[in-house]
Amino acid sequence: MRAELERLSPGIVLIEGPPEADALVGLAADPDMEPPVALLAHVPGDPTKAAFWPFATFSPEWQALRYAAQAGIPARFCDLPAAHSLAMRSEQDDPADLEDGPAPGADPAGDEPDRDSGSSSDEQGLGSGPSGNRPGTGSGASPDGPESPGGPNPSGEAARAGFRGDPIGALAAAAGYDDPERWWEDAVEHRGDTPFEVIAEAMAAVREGYTPDEYEARREAYMRRTIRAAVKEGFTDIVVVCGAWHVPALTQASTAVADDRVLKGMPKVKAEMTWVPWTHGRLASWSGYGAGITSPGWYHHLFENPVQPIERWLTKAARVLREEGLPVSSAHVIESVRLANSLAVLRGRPLAGLAEVTEAARAVLCEGDELPVELIQRQLVVGESLGHVPDATPMVPLQRHLRDEQRRLRLKPEALSRDYDLDLRKPLDLDRSKLLHRLRVLGVPWGVPRETRGKGTFKESWTLEWHPEYDITLIEAAACGVTVPAAATTKIQEVAGPADTRSPGLPGAPTGEAGSVSLADLTGLVEQCLLADLPDALPHVLTAIGDRAALDHDVRHLMSALPALVRAQRYGDVRGTPAEGLGSIVTSLLARSCAGLSPAVTGLDDDTAREMVAQIDAVTTAVTLLDDPPPDPIPGATAGTSADSGAGPDVGASRGLGAGAEHAAREAATAEPVPGTVPEPATGSAVQSASEYDAASVGEYVSAVTPKSRWLAALRGVADRADAPGVIEGRVVRILFDAEIIDDADDRMARAMSLGHPPVRVAAWIEGFLSGGGLMLVHDARLLAMVDGWLTGLRGDAFVDVLPLLRRTFGAFAPPERRAIGSRVAAGATVPTEITYDAGQAAGAVQTVLAILGRA
Amino acid sequence: MTTVLRPHAEDQYADELAILAKSDDRPRPPGWKLSPWAVTTYLLGDDAYPGGPITPKYIGPRRIVEVAVATLATDRALLLLGVPGTAKTWLSEHLAAAVSGDSTLLVQGTAGTAEEAIRYGWNYARLLAEGPSREALTPSPVMRAMAEGRLARVEELTRMPSDVQDALITVLSEKTLPIPELNEEVQAAKGFNVIATANDRDRGVNELSSALRRRFNTVVLPTPATPDEEVDIVSRRVSQLGRSLELPDTPAGLEEIRRVVTVFRELRSGVTSDGRTKVKSPSGTLSTAEAISVLTSGIALAAHFGDGVLRPADVAAGIVGAVIQDPVSDRVVWQEYLETVVRERKDWRDFYRACRDAS
Repeated sequence: MRAELERLSPGIVLIEGPPEADALVGLAADPDMEPPVALLAHVPGDPTKAAFWPFATFSPEWQALRYAAQAGIPARFCDLPAAHSLAMRSEQDDPADLEDGPAPGADPAGDEPDRDSGSSSDEQGLGSGPSGNRPGTGSGASPDGPESPGGPNPSGEAARAGFRGDPIGALAAAAGYDDPERWWEDAVEHRGDTPFEVIAEAMAAVREGYTPDEYEARREAYMRRTIRAAVKEGFTDIVVVCGAWHVPALTQASTAVADDRVLKGMPKVKAEMTWVPWTHGRLASWSGYGAGITSPGWYHHLFENPVQPIERWLTKAARVLREEGLPVSSAHVIESVRLANSLAVLRGRPLAGLAEVTEAARAVLCEGDELPVELIQRQLVVGESLGHVPDATPMVPLQRHLRDEQRRLRLKPEALSRDYDLDLRKPLDLDRSKLLHRLRVLGVPWGVPRETRGKGTFKESWTLEWHPEYDITLIEAAACGVTVPAAATTKIQEVAGPADTRSPGLPGAPTGEAGSVSLADLTGLVEQCLLADLPDALPHVLTAIGDRAALDHDVRHLMSALPALVRAQRYGDVRGTPAEGLGSIVTSLLARSCAGLSPAVTGLDDDTAREMVAQIDAVTTAVTLLDDPPPDPIPGATAGTSADSGAGPDVGASRGLGAGAEHAAREAATAEPVPGTVPEPATGSAVQSASEYDAASVGEYVSAVTPKSRWLAALRGVADRADAPGVIEGRVVRILFDAEIIDDADDRMARAMSLGHPPVRVAAWIEGFLSGGGLMLVHDARLLAMVDGWLTGLRGDAFVDVLPLLRRTFGAFAPPERRAIGSRVAAGATVPTEITYDAGQAAGAVQTVLAILGRA
Repeated sequence: MTTVLRPHAEDQYADELAILAKSDDRPRPPGWKLSPWAVTTYLLGDDAYPGGPITPKYIGPRRIVEVAVATLATDRALLLLGVPGTAKTWLSEHLAAAVSGDSTLLVQGTAGTAEEAIRYGWNYARLLAEGPSREALTPSPVMRAMAEGRLARVEELTRMPSDVQDALITVLSEKTLPIPELNEEVQAAKGFNVIATANDRDRGVNELSSALRRRFNTVVLPTPATPDEEVDIVSRRVSQLGRSLELPDTPAGLEEIRRVVTVFRELRSGVTSDGRTKVKSPSGTLSTAEAISVLTSGIALAAHFGDGVLRPADVAAGIVGAVIQDPVSDRVVWQEYLETVVRERKDWRDFYRACRDAS
């Protein structure tokens, strides 16, 4: 391309692209400008309308721009102005015309491919002087970049119409190739010179009998008009860089009048242009309808290394592998070059292409292993590199949108840190919170959440501090979307991984290892989605979680994921965010946890067992938050909340109420017939199947009634195991005792404390059983009665045996607690039936407590 | 019909090899019976080949065969890796048959394979009678391949003890086999090369040393990519096997084959064919070869004990046996699959019932 331009030394270069960007051409010469970059056209105020024209170093368009800038000759864009194309697109995109891309309201990410996905090959443009219709002024056929079958092409025509979906494909098929890219590589790339005229003729042949649709006709008419204007201005040598597809149209005779007629009456919007940094990864992945460049890194390499490309490429690949600590010697490289060359010969190609070097790298450098091949794919073939734009570049729409949002929400970016307390019940504060959360998703921690003090879930405290580097992050994020929520959605989807991780893969490798994000990270993302109000990202993340959970064999992963999800579900309810799908994920996660819990508790060492206890506690707390399936969710939820405040370790709040009130509250929570609390027979059957847990009963087991009863049934299964670690068994017995699932807790305690067990286990059991502090013993008469009954029932010598162990547990209680326990026992308040109260006198207190619990 | 239970590839497909050799005018590497292009055609098949149709021997990605052939043409040894039942041995036999016209120079790797199997042994009677001489020496298949410029095959390379594996290093790098007892050596004639197969499920058994590893180009054989491809392979092999075992003619319903292949594929990949449900994978490999043997034994059952038509009940027992390798965990996997996937499919009722009865 460069060589051709220098040979022709034109007076002006016309490039396929939106003419609004003419003013930005100068920036291309800026030394700070590093491809890959993209021209971004957007309509201020309408974030759904935006289009990108990406440029890589090896793009002919980019080379032409640079050449023009260095040679000091003018360069202009000659495609239809973005003002029209953006406006027309929204008009055209009625649902009946799917060919033209997604509906106008769609996420901009979905919109772009339509513009930049020009078939990788078809943009192999050649410019053509206007010699066809104005002999004497042009310089004959003029060149375009041979360097890039993959050059990002702003022309969207390949995606735009039926059969010409791929003109190069048609040519390749005629030549007997099944892969158009390979044909192009063999026929054009691997030759020393580029046969521009031949390509033009071939294109003319393919286009024969084809009538462009209105949109394309207008584009070509506009190109001709721009060429005419240039001619009128007195330029004699004009080079046009455009997709090869257009060449016949540009050379055919056509009058200015006819073109003007075509161009008349086009809709128009106000469009603004800017440069944004682009990445090779995006060049590869944004290839819309499968017609994009899949290997920008490879073309970049071919462009930079015209000499010995194969040898250099494989050396680079070896380097990448060595950096990862894989042993790759020069001998490997030599052999892989030989294999690549002999493969090329076998396949009858003039030079080894990407397919051959990849095969060679796989067979020799990577020794057949797919993982290193993927590494090469990621680092070299796609070649992750981020472009850079100079400071003088106009603002990207994302920044503009953020600025508008900041104005709307009255939050000024300040370098000094400032604290905000947000009350989420107010719409303004809620929007502020959403904005801050979304920015955090984008990697712009403008606001840092502070610890809130009390006051419930509707309150958030933030510290706001703006750093200049956030602007850079925003510019980088600009490619994700043009508004803050859209960009954040794209970002979350990227983090959650590709939607389809179901590639069959090698049978030996478990597919679960495909993703790198852990289950807990994914559930964290769900919370982020809800906080930042990004409902569009949620289904994607949930699918990822569902798939991961199905394959995760470690129950502890599932259990650690569960509380966050349950929180998210509750939180979503509080905020009114619809979280469809969350409920079913929670249910299935819980079912899997229940099924796997029993086998998972054995064979743990002390530390792991303690962690397990913490997780069991967390899940127990979480399941009480879960709405029960019955139709009316409110009583279930309230029952859950009250049970939580009664059984959870945080009894501090109710300390002032005294034992009587506490007991009354418990009575209220458990005794009242609440729909959704454990019905007796159902629990019985669930317990049955859990204790006899085997695969066959899973189906029946899953159908157990409420989430809570199911979980308790699973715990019951654990309690009945003889080989669970002491601390877990103790804790589980305690949970079941509190939930009144088992009535033989005293027998179990006696059994656990008997001489048959080694002292360490007994100590662990009692530690698990009494965890939650001595206060529970003080206030829970039933518990105290049980412990007391067991203790006084011991024979003298047995008491001496367990004394040290009891001392160990009780020694951990605070002295006032111990004293309180002592005085309760001394007062003889150990028999539960002993608490009698006058219903009349208590009525007031009960009423108050019920009011507090919201059940009056 | 021949009385041999399983003829060698070069005998079974002698006519095809002859057709290819006759019309093959491309340059042949020294010592090769066919040009690399003809070898590729022999393996992948070509219905429209001038001179007569060539049946496909390997159904799978073209690139695998191309890499394998290109490797052999560069004098690098070829290592075929893959889970059991992915046609490693099959491919290596046909490669040897097409390249050297001889697939019998074979060393089977086992835990008991001795170094003599790779180098040479002695005829002790002659050794005692005549002293060390070339006549008293018993050459190994590898040594004969070197002397004659043919392909030697080493099966299950990783099952051999490491010291035996390492005997290959000199052979592969120096292309010579010294015989210190006679102060001689056997130098490889042009055309000599080694095709080894190894099972990557057993990778840890006797891991190849990196010195040996780097003398091989590695090709990993995948399981069939699409259901149709796998059904094609299975039905082709099932009918071939039925013919060579002279089983009574039983129409192996395509429907039954498709069902067995679907079950195997779903369990292997861990996701149902519609891509909507994840399932757990059992510990077995569930290779295409196992699917073939399930169907073959199903046909034998149907022919001898059934009504001559392959019914779900005939394959059910075989499938259950193939899936449940580990009596505890695989049974869970199978039950889950049976209850959640098989049961839901309306036209699989018979099959579901048969599997319930069999397991």
